[in-house]
Amino acid sequence: MSADVRSKIDIRRARWAERAPSGGWRTIAAKEIGDHVDSVRFIVLLLMVGLAAAVPLYFAADAIRDAASRVSGAPALFLALFTISVQDVGFVRTDALVALLAPLLGIAFGFDAVNVERSQGTLPRLLSQPIHRDDVINGKFAAGLAVIALMLTSLVLIIGGFGMLRLGIVPELSEVARIAAWLLVTILYVAFWLAFATLLSVVIRRSASAALVGFGIWLGLVVFGALVLGILANALFPIGPNVTFEEGLQTQGLRDLFLRLSPHTLYQDAVSVILNPGITSTVRPTTIGQLFAAQEQLPTLLSLEQSLLLVWPQVVVLVGLTVAMFALAYVLFLRQEVRA
Amino acid sequence: MADDPTAAPGPRRGLNRKKVRARPLPAGRAAPVGAGGSDRDERAARPWEVDPVAEARAERLARDPAHLLADVPDDAVIVARRLTKEYPGLGRPAVDSLDLTIHAGEVFGLLGPNGAGKTTTVLMLLGLTEPTDGIVRVVGLDPTREPLAVKRRVGYLPDDVGFYPGMSGRENLHYTARLNGIPRRAAEERIAELLAEVRLEEAADRPVEQYSRGMRQRLGIADALVKDPSVLILDEPTIAIDPAGVEELLALLRRLVSERRLTVLLSSHILGQVQSLCDRVGFFSRGRLVAAGPLAELARGADRTVRLEIGIDGDPAAIDPVAAPLPGVVSIEPHDRDPRLRIVNAHEEVTAALTAALAREGHALVHLRRQGDDLLELYRRYVPEDGDVR
Repeated sequence: MSADVRSKIDIRRARWAERAPSGGWRTIAAKEIGDHVDSVRFIVLLLMVGLAAAVPLYFAADAIRDAASRVSGAPALFLALFTISVQDVGFVRTDALVALLAPLLGIAFGFDAVNVERSQGTLPRLLSQPIHRDDVINGKFAAGLAVIALMLTSLVLIIGGFGMLRLGIVPELSEVARIAAWLLVTILYVAFWLAFATLLSVVIRRSASAALVGFGIWLGLVVFGALVLGILANALFPIGPNVTFEEGLQTQGLRDLFLRLSPHTLYQDAVSVILNPGITSTVRPTTIGQLFAAQEQLPTLLSLEQSLLLVWPQVVVLVGLTVAMFALAYVLFLRQEVRA
Repeated sequence: MADDPTAAPGPRRGLNRKKVRARPLPAGRAAPVGAGGSDRDERAARPWEVDPVAEARAERLARDPAHLLADVPDDAVIVARRLTKEYPGLGRPAVDSLDLTIHAGEVFGLLGPNGAGKTTTVLMLLGLTEPTDGIVRVVGLDPTREPLAVKRRVGYLPDDVGFYPGMSGRENLHYTARLNGIPRRAAEERIAELLAEVRLEEAADRPVEQYSRGMRQRLGIADALVKDPSVLILDEPTIAIDPAGVEELLALLRRLVSERRLTVLLSSHILGQVQSLCDRVGFFSRGRLVAAGPLAELARGADRTVRLEIGIDGDPAAIDPVAAPLPGVVSIEPHDRDPRLRIVNAHEEVTAALTAALAREGHALVHLRRQGDDLLELYRRYVPEDGDVR
């Protein structure tokens, strides 16, 4: 090899060696997004999300005008697009289907984040590149979240567009804001499940096992969650026969708080208030007096700020749970040995 | 040369030391610690003889990077001093007090059975796992503190290298280039060049899942070279490839090493392959480097004896009276595996005198070989039985 070729190599080595180290996670995220969008699971989930939008609209398109009269007050008509249900089948409505699908989305895009790199043998090669180790997990989380956010946003835009073009329902600004808030809270809820699935992918070496565990826990939480938490609440905060009224009320408060620990409950409380300006409280009445008071209340519509104020605690707890879940995955991944 | 084991290699020493948890300090540096366990046991039995000040100083010096790195030559690219890694649950350290120096432009072969600690050493050199104790410097940098700077200069081919199966070979390399921040156009040129070099041009745009094992390995080498490293670390590069593939891979490595002025650390448990490629080799056993040096030097051994394998047509015992009186012959022993042979240990070259003497006595020579010429024998000499290595 001649001398000038060698010096060229030296110059190149020196120049490349000076490169700034930042931004590794963006490279990883970009690659992961590409992989996700190409994957079969993306298409399947896109179909499911599409069905969640199309089926309620298809069945309810005729009834949307009736629904308009049922919804108290004109400003909430656009929101009815997302909450309208097929007669007799209450859960076939977009917001309920999205609530059902959200954990599925999160788990589907996260359960194999880290363990597949391990089983493919790409992890040592990836980590031997000049990137920080957390770039891997950050990039993968960001990619999953971006793809899911893209999916949900297009779902909302398609429903909205359909409503405007075919049904002639034009949204008010406050309704758009409510839909945006709903979208954000939903993405947050998906982020929780994505963080949970990422954690599973760090801890469980086989991606198939991680997926099974993830879906099992999701199903358990949705189906039996309220039941189990209820039993636990009874055991932890019992209301005996001879407690004073104040004590009983206090225990009931604790009990409600405990029941709200489930992210599923938190999300449902939050979105029901955000999508329905008519709901003025997330607390179920405890005493007869509260029940009467709730019944005697004049039907009013809350402004967006007031609705948000009502669900702020739920949103904050959801953020906290998501951060905690991701932090756990992050720490465990950083402390894990590269070699099993 | 700071490779401690070079000074006195030998299986005996390795066997003794493995029982001992106390790590001997570099010779002539600190309070005399003696030859390991017996010394410490004695001191434990007579605690009044311990000099706490001297011991504390020795301990401090043994951990002082400046002190440990004082003898490192200028051209050292990879330096390890007292490097130790312990995994919880493993009875002994995976890497135990390793001293290693690899110079610029050198090809160093790390040899040892599976589980001897080769991969763990490599991971510590790259900063992919943290040492429990000791010091590592790669191109003058501490991989634990500055992992990115090290990883920018070191190309790594992991054992059992994997690629993203759905992406083509070229796309996989492009991903690596992006992670290294190499501009797109420069990367394209360089990747085409490398793919040609590892003869994967035709397969470059097929998905990697269709590649054979040998092709994946060659792609791995191209991948390690994408960042144009000055150091190349290859972990078991020839494992699970057919013999023809191995030959091709070694030829490729030989060419790359001579063309690119690379410093190479190569780990393997297949000896013959390394022989032709390495300037120096080190034998790894149970987390310890039991011997290191150029092959020829290792072959002569510590006592510089020549070991001759001799077989004659007839009773091998007849060799003894012929060989014993020759000048330079130290001892004669039966061969450990072949009863028809004798081994003559000699201080110097006695081959000519011995064959002449045997011919004079009328013995027909049927076998003559100098031991230590091939790695397998050296390996047997330095590394304890594979059977007791987990």
